[in-house]
Amino acid sequence: MRVVVDLNRCQAYAQCCFAAPESFALHGPEVLVYDAAPPPERRREIERAVQACPVRAILLEVEPEEAGSHG
Amino acid sequence: MADRDRILVVGASLAGLRGAEALRRHGHAGPITLVGDEPYPPYDRPPLSKRVLTGEARADRIALPSRPGLDLTWRLGTAAVGLDLAAREVALATGERLPFDRLLIATGTRARPWPNAAEAALAGVHSVRNRDDSERLRGALAAAPRRVLIIGAGFIGCEAASACRSIGLPVTLADPNPTPLASVLGTRIGAAVAAMLREAGVDYRPSTRVEALESDGEGRVRGARLVGGGTVAAPVVIVALGALRNTEWLAGSGLAADAGGVACDGQCRVLDRDGRAVEGIAAAGDVARFPHPLFEDGPVALEHWGHAVAQAEHAARTLLGQAGAPYAEIPAFWSSQFDVNIKSVGLTNGADSVAVTQGDFGARRFVAVYGRNGRTVAAVSFDQTRWLPAYAGRIEARAAFPPILGATDQGRVAPADPGFPASPARG
Repeated sequence: MRVVVDLNRCQAYAQCCFAAPESFALHGPEVLVYDAAPPPERRREIERAVQACPVRAILLEVEPEEAGSHG
Repeated sequence: MADRDRILVVGASLAGLRGAEALRRHGHAGPITLVGDEPYPPYDRPPLSKRVLTGEARADRIALPSRPGLDLTWRLGTAAVGLDLAAREVALATGERLPFDRLLIATGTRARPWPNAAEAALAGVHSVRNRDDSERLRGALAAAPRRVLIIGAGFIGCEAASACRSIGLPVTLADPNPTPLASVLGTRIGAAVAAMLREAGVDYRPSTRVEALESDGEGRVRGARLVGGGTVAAPVVIVALGALRNTEWLAGSGLAADAGGVACDGQCRVLDRDGRAVEGIAAAGDVARFPHPLFEDGPVALEHWGHAVAQAEHAARTLLGQAGAPYAEIPAFWSSQFDVNIKSVGLTNGADSVAVTQGDFGARRFVAVYGRNGRTVAAVSFDQTRWLPAYAGRIEARAAFPPILGATDQGRVAPADPGFPASPARG
């Protein structure tokens, strides 16, 4: 998986940090840091993070083989 | 326009990739080829001056996500070296010539090198622009040098200083202006960044020019000599003097392209030397110099992540004959350093006033709004990002300055001189 967050759009609501705590974290009140290449087994929680973001700032790409392995 | 037209995208970074995606999304079914001088698929650059340097992120794991099934042809590791407008061909460094029907120019920028080439070539002298730069620098930092000298306190210099301090390295940051980020934020607001640097333990040297980098006699840098005397001993030097636009490959093409970028009209169509728009050729991202309707001083070129995305989308629609209103996306950027989130909307260029309208300047949690000739032109937040959408609206509306008086949490909004350097100095 590949993840990129539009940090212009990000408003530090931190919903991604709750949905996928291993992949997203805040440093200080507003600096979002994230794993741009999380392992495939985190796919469900990353997808939850994408859905949970109030400003839709997270873009996710799933490699075809990863998508296949999840049916 | 034929659906099977061959579209060539020169530049395979953020703007090139998003441009190619937009071409597909807006219906182009014909061949799309991307040419990139680096050997890597498009990757995200902001981490290169931050978490890649600390080792928290890896430079080979920041590839940009893209839509699946784009059916693109990639020519990576191959620089474009020339454009033949009459033949509609791009010449590659390999000697090949790639024909096109339509062309998107997205060649971006590169790091401005240290001006003395012999000194710049010393081992231990680094810049931060691409994956290889950042990986090399990460390797040097991981070896725990006894000091890192950073030349230039723009965004890259300050972010690199933050990264070095967060892994415990002694850092000297030298910059010719009185505060960091002086040309973007002005010295009034730049003072907040100076305080952040000092609190983090950076040996920050304002109003300081580096005269020369010194060799250890064996081809490695051992430090720098400062103008007016003094030296800094450092086996690692980071040159952070801004960027140069990659337009040399367009020399002699007939396009209006120079060190300031490739000139475009409001629809991202490139202009020829006579100022006429060239059909079927557009530009986007850092390399494009274009008239922005909010800024009347003349064309601007913006080195912003969001701009690369938005302008690439606009340029793609222009290439497909689908452009609507001229490109007018409001400029915006972010920088994170010392765990503080600095964000901006609008452009501070030419601002004559600045006022803190929300928050606490001393605590580095505030919004500063910039005015010019009585209009609001920009807003900058330090850990107060949620105000920015409101200010973006006021900037787009060309609202009076200061714009949101009723909602300010200051006792009194006190506009001050932003303190921009008379002619922003480098190096």
